[in-house]
Amino acid sequence: MNKVVSGADEAIRDIEDGMTLMLGGFGLCGIPENCIAALVRKGVKNLTCISNNAGVDDFGIGLMLKTRQVKKMISSYVGENAEFERQLLSGELEVELIPQGTLATRCLAAAYGMPAVFVRAGVGTEVAEGKEVRNFDGVDYLLEHAFNAPFSIVKAWKADTHGNLVFRKTTRNFNQPMAMAGKIVIAEVEELVPAGALDPDQIHVPGIYVHRVFKGENYEKRIEQRTVRAKS
Amino acid sequence: MLDKTGIAKRIAQEVRDGYYVNLGIGIPTLVANYIPQGMNVVLQSENGMLGMGPFPFEGEEDPDLINAGKQTITEIPGTVYFDSAMSFGMIRAGKVDLTILGAMEVSENGDIANWKIPGKMVKGMGGAMDLVAAAKNIIVAMQHVNKAGESKLLPACTLPLTGVRCVKKIVTELAVLDVVPGVGFVLLERAPGISVEQIKNATLGKLIIEGEIPEMKIN
Repeated sequence: MNKVVSGADEAIRDIEDGMTLMLGGFGLCGIPENCIAALVRKGVKNLTCISNNAGVDDFGIGLMLKTRQVKKMISSYVGENAEFERQLLSGELEVELIPQGTLATRCLAAAYGMPAVFVRAGVGTEVAEGKEVRNFDGVDYLLEHAFNAPFSIVKAWKADTHGNLVFRKTTRNFNQPMAMAGKIVIAEVEELVPAGALDPDQIHVPGIYVHRVFKGENYEKRIEQRTVRAKS
Repeated sequence: MLDKTGIAKRIAQEVRDGYYVNLGIGIPTLVANYIPQGMNVVLQSENGMLGMGPFPFEGEEDPDLINAGKQTITEIPGTVYFDSAMSFGMIRAGKVDLTILGAMEVSENGDIANWKIPGKMVKGMGGAMDLVAAAKNIIVAMQHVNKAGESKLLPACTLPLTGVRCVKKIVTELAVLDVVPGVGFVLLERAPGISVEQIKNATLGKLIIEGEIPEMKIN
């Protein structure tokens, strides 16, 4: 039951060219910094990344775009990234944009063992193209399939050696649904404790979903939009 | 004519005690500043938070605490965090009372376009499609005409749609209008100093004018 690995390089050891990865975070908040750095070091290519956003030019998934490791992004919002824009316009990068709630719920479907879900988002828009539409009680819904990704990579605040995860504040975002959705789930954390040290009532993701866990280091936790108010 | 602050102040009058409200980026974010004192309103941020507080004091920013616009924010008494799936679950289930967002175009049957301009950089729809498909009440905050001087209140949207038949009300620098599918844009109020004629000239979609149109009251 011990899920602990030595670090990011060991955690991603069997991620290979052409694979599909889920990466947690919202913007730069709660992203798996150590694993992204390890993927850049390893140099795996032609990756499909399912992630709400694509980082910024020099941080987050932006680091993997710069090294041309990403073939396709599946995201809901990909602004704030000039290199992304360049690769998209030049045809080097594919992008599939899907509504944010649909993205989260397709993770949830995978987490809960459901092959698909019906959602209202995108009905009557280009998102609906090619999708099955079903009417329930007079309202149209789109059939959206569960994700089926071989790996999920997430960042949590704390984990125990059984892989039970706890998140902090708004870093829970896509980390929690993705931590429950991949075939193999890798969690990097700020604090790793022995099983029994976390309050069982306060765990966000049960360790049954999580396969590898390690204590990350040197978290930069970059802020994308630093907004403050004056002290009055 | 209203400035952005004026539009935000007028929309704040639509907020009711006990509402859960989701505010989009831009003018909608300003609405939070004009909710009357003593009114209990909880702001939902779709990245996973209810009870969004103001920006932090300088030096107290927490990179683990941002809103859906990726801005640093704070928590307040009663704040709760959750994941993106639950966040859109509560949105989809109609728990959010009011959604306020910006738009590039709105049609006279309530369709909205606000996420894509073909041929230009496409950033993505984020949570906008989920929000407009689910919210019970959607108010659009926008300019009445675009930078080229063309009306943004149209018979039918020309840009790719975000959602269909969903916008209930529009507040612009010129007017407050209800959107009634099958009827059109129903003019409710004029901005201070703006004539009905000016609103007519700026509205390409079907505009319904019944009786005397009062001027907005804004503090």
